[in-house]
Amino acid sequence: MRVLIPSALHAYTGGAWVEAQGASVAEVLADLERQFPGIRFRMVDEQQRIRRHIRLFHDGEMLFELAAPLRPDGELHIVQALSGG
Amino acid sequence: MGAQVTPQGRLVLLVATRKGAWIYHADAERRNWRIDGPHFLGHIINHLVLDPRDGLTLLASASTGHLGPTLFRSIDLGRTWQEAPRPPAFGPAINGLEARSVDHTFWLTPGHASEPGVWYAGTSPQGLFRSEDGGQHWVPFSMINDDPQYRRWFGTMQDGTPDGPKLHSIIVDPRDPLHLYFAMSGGGVHESRDGGRNFAPLVEGMEVVTGFDPTDITFHDPHCVRLCPSNPDRLYQQNHCGIYRLDRPGRRWERIGRSMPADVGDIGFPMVVHPRNDQTAWVFPMDGSDVWPRTSPQGRPAVFTTHDGGSSWQRQAGGLPAEQAWWTVKRQAMAADHEASVGLYFGTTSGELWQSRDEGENWSCIARHLPEIYAIETAYAA
Repeated sequence: MRVLIPSALHAYTGGAWVEAQGASVAEVLADLERQFPGIRFRMVDEQQRIRRHIRLFHDGEMLFELAAPLRPDGELHIVQALSGG
Repeated sequence: MGAQVTPQGRLVLLVATRKGAWIYHADAERRNWRIDGPHFLGHIINHLVLDPRDGLTLLASASTGHLGPTLFRSIDLGRTWQEAPRPPAFGPAINGLEARSVDHTFWLTPGHASEPGVWYAGTSPQGLFRSEDGGQHWVPFSMINDDPQYRRWFGTMQDGTPDGPKLHSIIVDPRDPLHLYFAMSGGGVHESRDGGRNFAPLVEGMEVVTGFDPTDITFHDPHCVRLCPSNPDRLYQQNHCGIYRLDRPGRRWERIGRSMPADVGDIGFPMVVHPRNDQTAWVFPMDGSDVWPRTSPQGRPAVFTTHDGGSSWQRQAGGLPAEQAWWTVKRQAMAADHEASVGLYFGTTSGELWQSRDEGENWSCIARHLPEIYAIETAYAA
């Protein structure tokens, strides 16, 4: 599926849109890590918690769990929270 | 700090700020500085350290306002950078303790000269980590990070600094790679004689804020601890509650800040020691009265030096603003070089970088308008 990457992580991906495979948030993030080593830890901490300034949207719905399922024909948008003004 | 080597190579200043890192290259007279930077513009860089064992390897502790922490590594003095494949991260919850996550790596120390590739890191919240491959992969010291007693000594978030409690001042005895010290804000000073398998507190004589119990390690707040390269049995410490000296094998810190002028006091963050004379050290006092402004007392910034191990102190302010300068210098933001006439350097939270070429007597400004300066290290590049 298409995944939107926030600007703070373009140093890993080289751009805003990438392709990644997976039936859940966890699987898509694992595929992103495989393609772009190091990117997952910037979004998910060592206790498997989504970092507090990272937001995930799947077809307009905000997701809070790594186990959340994803529709294969959908998009995953990873964005930064609007913290900091 | 860790490995001590004879100074050789080109002097550089490594400046870590809230918005990136800069490398200042000195000319032979330390009068002109070539600026290399910013590196990692916009990233929070808590510490930038050059490996004295090769003069080439740089480690930079990085995070941003939105992303998790990481470490970058350069083996060509900052021309190119690679991210550490496994930056410091805590293990899963054990011993029935709450699981923790590293917010940022605050402190980096190269290992002993006999252990190339070994580095130590201190994090916020408090954690101790070690790498054996030049900073690429990091392993937690679970005997500290997940020990129920140490967890209690770590205290709560409210017992730490405004941006989180920190483990800092990791020191490797230049005579013995197994002899380690570290300090915590809050949580005291600790020592290991076996390479870190066991640590024990070293706080006797250190004072705490009135009303707290000094026998509780939690309430001890060392701000910066330094070992004298010329005498590894001597440690100096700037604490939340005064300036101290400890001569080993003694275990009792002596409050040498009692001899500071009463209108200045002995509160501050950084502590700097002379590279060749264990009687000489420098501090940068701050106002620790009432609500703790953490600025230069009376708005008159000054360095204070001792040449007799803390029995007396002399004010050094030549070239610094005489009034209305409300500076804060953080614990990592002051350093000495190893030249014949020792150079001193400090950086302010208002983004000014200052130097002295004559051991603190006279000061000049190297840079203004930098972001908030978090750390300064001197180093000799190959």
